Amino acid sequence: MARIEAEVGKPQGGLMKWIDDRFPFTETMKYHATEYYASKNFNFWYVFGVLAFVVLAIQLITGIFLTMNYKPAAAEAFASVEYIMRDVEWGWLIRYMHSTGASFFFIVVYLHMFRAMLYGSYKKPRELIWIIGMMIFFVLMAEGFAGYLLPWGQMSYWGAQVIISLFGAIPGIGEALVEIIRGDYSISDITLNRFFALHVIVLPLALIGLVFVHIVALHEVGSNNPDGIEIKENKGPDGVPLDGIAFHPYHTSKDLVAIIVFLMIFSAVVFFAPDMGGYFLEHANFEPANLTATPEHIAPVWYFTPFYAILRAVPDKLWGFILFVLAVLLPVFLPWLDRARVKSIRYRGWIYKSALTMFVVTFLSLGWLGTQPAEDIYVLAARIFSVLYFAFFLLMPYYTTIDKTKPVPDRVVYHG
Amino acid sequence: MDKSKMFSRLVAVVALLAATEGFASGGGAQLDAADIDPGNISSLQRGARNFINYCSGCHSAQYVRFNTIGKYLELSEEQLVDNLMFNADKTFETIKASMPAADAARWYGTAPPDLSLMARAKGADYVYNFLRGFYLDPASPTGVDNLVLAGTSMPNVLWELQGYQSAVFTEHTVDGVTSREFEGFEHVTAGTLDAEDFDEFVRDTVNFLAYIAEPIRSDRRKLGVWVLMYLIVFGIIALMLKKQIWKDVK
Repeated sequence: MARIEAEVGKPQGGLMKWIDDRFPFTETMKYHATEYYASKNFNFWYVFGVLAFVVLAIQLITGIFLTMNYKPAAAEAFASVEYIMRDVEWGWLIRYMHSTGASFFFIVVYLHMFRAMLYGSYKKPRELIWIIGMMIFFVLMAEGFAGYLLPWGQMSYWGAQVIISLFGAIPGIGEALVEIIRGDYSISDITLNRFFALHVIVLPLALIGLVFVHIVALHEVGSNNPDGIEIKENKGPDGVPLDGIAFHPYHTSKDLVAIIVFLMIFSAVVFFAPDMGGYFLEHANFEPANLTATPEHIAPVWYFTPFYAILRAVPDKLWGFILFVLAVLLPVFLPWLDRARVKSIRYRGWIYKSALTMFVVTFLSLGWLGTQPAEDIYVLAARIFSVLYFAFFLLMPYYTTIDKTKPVPDRVVYHG
Repeated sequence: MDKSKMFSRLVAVVALLAATEGFASGGGAQLDAADIDPGNISSLQRGARNFINYCSGCHSAQYVRFNTIGKYLELSEEQLVDNLMFNADKTFETIKASMPAADAARWYGTAPPDLSLMARAKGADYVYNFLRGFYLDPASPTGVDNLVLAGTSMPNVLWELQGYQSAVFTEHTVDGVTSREFEGFEHVTAGTLDAEDFDEFVRDTVNFLAYIAEPIRSDRRKLGVWVLMYLIVFGIIALMLKKQIWKDVK
């Protein structure tokens, strides 16, 4: 305080100093960018965190413009989306960016999570980053689900009908819970209105808050790297990790290239295949919600289908719901399920490598099965893959203990 | 991966995306390809005429404005008024059905659906086959049934052009379950158009329906090329910048 008073009236050090005396601007920039050191050997898998941030920005900005023209009412919602698509200047671009962004959010986040599994990023000391990340994933699922109801198409309506009714399987409170979620005895104008509130205020706010905390936690412990080595354990005389380079300008300049490549793929979808063959925008959703006509085949959007396949694989409604919730929750416990002494897949043995490969195949297969009708052969396949899904997590404490790991070098592997 | 390889892969991905944009849909029946040509303006103009003359009596296209169509189909305001706007005064109006929906629901059992997005919801092939798929069925109140959408309450409004046709089915009984298999259509009476011209008539109509389902489709594809070219240039500059900055990282 005294220092500020002494300087009143005679600005020294310019605007930056004036701000820094009142707000830790330079200090924050240093801490989070110019003097935040991350390993120099980041590879392809390390771009998805930044990309998730880019998609979040795309969704927030396009979302704001959509709300300017969208009407959250059962009688008007579908028509207002068509109004955006046809009559609002650039409305089609804003809408396609938002609908494509929703799918890309999940693509990017799934790959971001897979990176953590490849290099053991969830292991000590980054358990909390992982847990916060999983919370982001849960909010994202809720956000995607609420958003999908808003266009009020056939699939919006019936997809929501199926998913919300799942909660009815909970004994005792199930039916009451379903009514609270819907705010009505069936999905209606009231449901649409509250899902709109959740989608544009509650969940984005939670998302932004969690992303902030995710990054704060990350910058506290420092980023992992493809070798799973703690770079802070090898510091130079200046206190800078020997294998670390500043986030800005090094990683930012690299991320910029990744962002542009990402935008190329993103634009290719937005401009040339916004439906993505019915996976990003389902064909049935071009028909307005019709309470009296059930579509012949109801499937949730692709990013929910792996879990949906597990749900359908169980003959009992309650157990299906329990396993569905478990399947979503289980990854939270990865930091404690994984008992390997090394983090990175580079130094793990063949057991974990096989298990992770099997898990990828399982997850993709479940995703595909979830889009298919629940017929004999598909249900059988979904059951087999569901077992494999749970086996990957539940047997992990065992197979990561017996897996033969390789010695980890002291310094990260980097070829200029 | 070197840059030229990356670029050619990107081009391949875009081409693949653009090629798979359409989709196959519909029930069990095998659908003939509609083979529409969205870039053919005269086909779209004929389709607009067909739509107004044969569809808009019962079906609306409530999101589609006449002036939007006019601009894309290269029609003057006068041409719009004289040829398409039979129940509209101003060019900014949307396509309304002449028949009140409430009456239609009473007469046909269900209100004829709005057609703004039909080609996008069902696919162009589906609509193409539906419009060609009416066959005589004495048991139906409209005298016809449809191969693509069995039990439809829509009458065959194109019968004058197409003539009447009957469907030939063969029956198979496997394990006591009898199933019908469609063999083909047989002409009962001739229409004013021969089979080829009729298909062309339906194709133009479906082309128009596909256009109104997403009027900005061709715009977005054109713009997309520019956006990708911009990103490629920007990407090269960003890559050079990265290389410059990373020079001293050993």
